[in-house]
Amino acid sequence: MYTEKVMDHFQNPRNVGEIENASGTGTVGNAKCGDIMRIYLDIDENQVIRDVKFKTFGCGAAVATSSMATEMVKGKTVQEAMEVTNKAVMEALDGLPPVKVHCSLLAEEAIHAALWDYAEKNGITIEGLEKPKSDISEHDEDEEY
Amino acid sequence: MKQTIYLDNAATTKTDPRVVEAMLPYFTEHYGNPSSVYEFSTPCKQVISGARETIAKSLGAKPNEIYFTAGGTESDNWAIKATAEAYADKGKHIITSKIEHHAVLHTCEYLEKRGFEVTYVNVDENGIVKLDELKKAIRPDTVLISIMFANNEIGTIEPIKEIGQIAKDKGILFHTDAVQAYGHVPIDVDDYNIDMLSSSAHKLNGPKGIGFLYIRTGVKMRSFIHGGAQERKRRGGTENVPGIAGYKKAVELAMASMEEREKKERKLRDYLIDRVIGEVPYVRLNGHRSQRLSNNANFAFQFIEGESLLIMLDGSGICGSSGSACTSGSLDPSHVLLAIGLPHEIAHGSLRLTVSPENTREEMDFVVDRIKEIVQRLRDMSPLYEDFIRRK
Repeated sequence: MYTEKVMDHFQNPRNVGEIENASGTGTVGNAKCGDIMRIYLDIDENQVIRDVKFKTFGCGAAVATSSMATEMVKGKTVQEAMEVTNKAVMEALDGLPPVKVHCSLLAEEAIHAALWDYAEKNGITIEGLEKPKSDISEHDEDEEY
Repeated sequence: MKQTIYLDNAATTKTDPRVVEAMLPYFTEHYGNPSSVYEFSTPCKQVISGARETIAKSLGAKPNEIYFTAGGTESDNWAIKATAEAYADKGKHIITSKIEHHAVLHTCEYLEKRGFEVTYVNVDENGIVKLDELKKAIRPDTVLISIMFANNEIGTIEPIKEIGQIAKDKGILFHTDAVQAYGHVPIDVDDYNIDMLSSSAHKLNGPKGIGFLYIRTGVKMRSFIHGGAQERKRRGGTENVPGIAGYKKAVELAMASMEEREKKERKLRDYLIDRVIGEVPYVRLNGHRSQRLSNNANFAFQFIEGESLLIMLDGSGICGSSGSACTSGSLDPSHVLLAIGLPHEIAHGSLRLTVSPENTREEMDFVVDRIKEIVQRLRDMSPLYEDFIRRK
């Protein structure tokens, strides 16, 4: 059901991990719906994304879109990163099954949330960037078995 | 070719080669229409009546109480819609449970839109229907109770005998969806007071596309598929003769080997459960520990999502299934896992593995080793796990 590119990015995801003292982080999604994405950005003084890492809880499409989106924003300026839309990510993956399109939206939202965090911390505005509406529940149950 | 470890026997089973062999003559040799008068069709008539006898005997029923259908879903639809219609004068209330198969749940929802009322009884944390709630739900206008024999996701076996007794005492019809149970556990329709029972051949190493509905003599039952005079005018359509021949063989084999299969499956399944629970942290077993089908294991792994796990297992040739939203095609995880009280995020990380006697202990070891690796890998990329570790 997934394209070869989706399978490749799912099985060998690029840029998995965390960044200590990241310039910006963003977490979007909701554990209830089964998708959470967290993006870490390391941005230099010229507003170029030097490094990017992600962590994702979700299906194959969610992991693959996270991986592809991180690849696409790496090395770009924050303004250029705004052009990495869900459509662009989906096209780069040679498409997603219709029921998985919402996963690609999440990747775009996660990048925007991380950029927003960066912009807020540095008191700058990024053209076209709106405050993300993150619906992640902060108090997930940590029941142990 | 890559090896396949098939652990999805609740989804479907391998058609037994002896079943295939029993079916073959009815394609090219005995292909006559069973309704025809000529002698050429006699073997077709014979295999149908033989199958009816074999199945009836396996349930303690009479041959004329067995009606062939296209499978479990049709049987469930028929039992519920046709009795609702036939008994509408008496009342329009139906009782079922929250963990039924969609063939039952969606049929009940269909009836709700047409003036019927349905009570969906809760289950406990192990998936056992709450009998006190069921008793309380009974009203003077209740015409049907439909409770599954065993659950397809978590394998829990319901107290069917008790439910049958409750229904009988109140003069209410009792239907059970026994698709997962028939051929796997002993069932006697008189002993259990079952009025209607659904089954599907492909769950017991028979062919796909053939099932039956047992209807107790005396139950007012309307026809569901209108057409010819087949199945005592209650289910029109030329009989699926090869399917029925295969079903007959599958039932014979299943009944003869039930005890031995059960033992073998239980041993493998328990080994699998013990290793997973013992060796993977933050995991739970869903469903009743002992009152469950011998082939079923259902786990919930915290912090990861089921579809990812399935795809990675598939990469190693392991076939399983999950109750995550992504595999159900909706935003919500399995209604069964929610009904037993699992929070959404944990229900998303479920994995069902259903064994067959053909599996081996070596396969179980391979599967557990892969699960351990994959679960850790997915946790390493899970923000939920990251947060959990930080908070610890």
